[in-house]
Amino acid sequence: MIRFSHASKRYPGGYDALQDVSFHLKPGEMAFLTGHSGAGKSTLLKLVALIERASRGQVIVNGQNLAKIPRRKIPYHRRNVGMIFQDHQLLFDRTVFDNVALPLVISGLSHQEIGKKVRAALDKVGLLSKERAYPITLSGGEQQRVGIARAVVNKPPLLLADEPTGNLDPELSREIMSIFEQFSQVGVTVLIASHDIDLITHLPYRILTLKNARLSHDTAPSAVAS
Amino acid sequence: MINVIQTYLLRHLQVFFYSLGQLMRSPLSLLMTSAVIGIALALPAGLHIVLKNVQSISGDLDSAAQISLFLKKSTSERQAQQLLSQIRKMPQINSVQYISRQQALAEFKRLSGFGNALKALEKNPLPAVIVVQPSITQSNARTTQALVSELQAKPHVDIAQLDMQWIKRLYSIMDIIRRGVVILTGLLALAVLLVIGNTIRLAIQNRRDEIVIIKLIGGTDRFIRRPFLYTGFWYGLLGGLIALLLVVSSLLLLSGPIEALTQSYESPFSMQIIDFNSSSWLILGSILLGLSGSWVAVERHLREIEPT
Repeated sequence: MIRFSHASKRYPGGYDALQDVSFHLKPGEMAFLTGHSGAGKSTLLKLVALIERASRGQVIVNGQNLAKIPRRKIPYHRRNVGMIFQDHQLLFDRTVFDNVALPLVISGLSHQEIGKKVRAALDKVGLLSKERAYPITLSGGEQQRVGIARAVVNKPPLLLADEPTGNLDPELSREIMSIFEQFSQVGVTVLIASHDIDLITHLPYRILTLKNARLSHDTAPSAVAS
Repeated sequence: MINVIQTYLLRHLQVFFYSLGQLMRSPLSLLMTSAVIGIALALPAGLHIVLKNVQSISGDLDSAAQISLFLKKSTSERQAQQLLSQIRKMPQINSVQYISRQQALAEFKRLSGFGNALKALEKNPLPAVIVVQPSITQSNARTTQALVSELQAKPHVDIAQLDMQWIKRLYSIMDIIRRGVVILTGLLALAVLLVIGNTIRLAIQNRRDEIVIIKLIGGTDRFIRRPFLYTGFWYGLLGGLIALLLVVSSLLLLSGPIEALTQSYESPFSMQIIDFNSSSWLILGSILLGLSGSWVAVERHLREIEPT
């Protein structure tokens, strides 16, 4: 689903955010991406979502070489990548329902379909009762779940999460992670950037560790279990 | 397929009214921006209407171009009548009127107030006059001039006089004014374009976060552009309506005194406020300016906003 081969990202000014990173994430696989802040976690996710482009090497997502996607096709690529952010990136002047509906509105779905799919997504994250609420009235954990509902509402094959539990207490963090596990179980590829080592080492998933812009460890799930 | 088109149109309709709703949230700033547009457009539109009215008056003047044939004093009454029937047969002539020497004298006495002074003269000093009215279809500057020469060559005609000079001057003055209005229209249209462009630019800046989020979840440029274009449309429509209102009310205020003035000249002129065609053009032009102003702003600023 995601294949990096010798991918590097150098920002203007000569700062190397990623150097010679290679790995392959199979469809339906769930993995964590960890490392110190500034190690390149966010940059890696940005390359997958085409917020940035690799300076060297190849990034292939869903069988498509991202270097070959022209600017005007980027929106269509992003529709296949559900993204979840640490700061949620919700629209505060719209209800929970309208926030979650946004990707479907963009895709031009009909009113009835939108209603059905939004409620299904909100049901999955346990927020069906809050569809008329405004995000500002929700707790941090609830806001993050709205963000997740929005990311999965159009059923993308790939989910990216950048520090999804960054501002949450351990209890809520585990809850959020179990939501991701549920999506992984139905075949969605999930890549989660997190520096919460305690949390992720207790979960039976592959861990990619970045150090100084390079991939330093690629720990298989079996190793964690033992 | 039909379903897709239906959904697409419905979406457009939603954004159409959504953008109006957004504008209605701050009615004062909407009104102020539209008023600026309205005033800027009312000026050239009003001048255009005034010009049109002046043109319709001067059109009447055009047909009023008469040729006066002053006959030689030696001409007898019979010779004059012969000449009259001769001229009457010419195809370029609409009508002729004969004023004999006696009639001319009587008219002069009546109008000039020099009646008593004229009595002192032994002989009638005035010539007989034939007033020729060229047919309107024939009347342009060159054919009229040719007609004058032809009439001048007739026997017994002393002077053939056409007083067109002042009409020509009026036409050149109106040409200058018309060109001035065109230039003014261009400049003010540019101003409207800039006002709308700037307003939309601010709207884009205010909704920067929203644009970033929509780009992150796969919104196309077209999707993001749409509400801003409709916002420009609403500004244009409202500005056009305000301009129309301003033009109509100002001309209504002016029409009373102007009609009083023209009546004193016994002219059948009645002021034309604004017709359906001109008002449609005004509104349409305003909407087009709104759309293109916002298009320019969106094209310039949307690319600058990218998720980082």
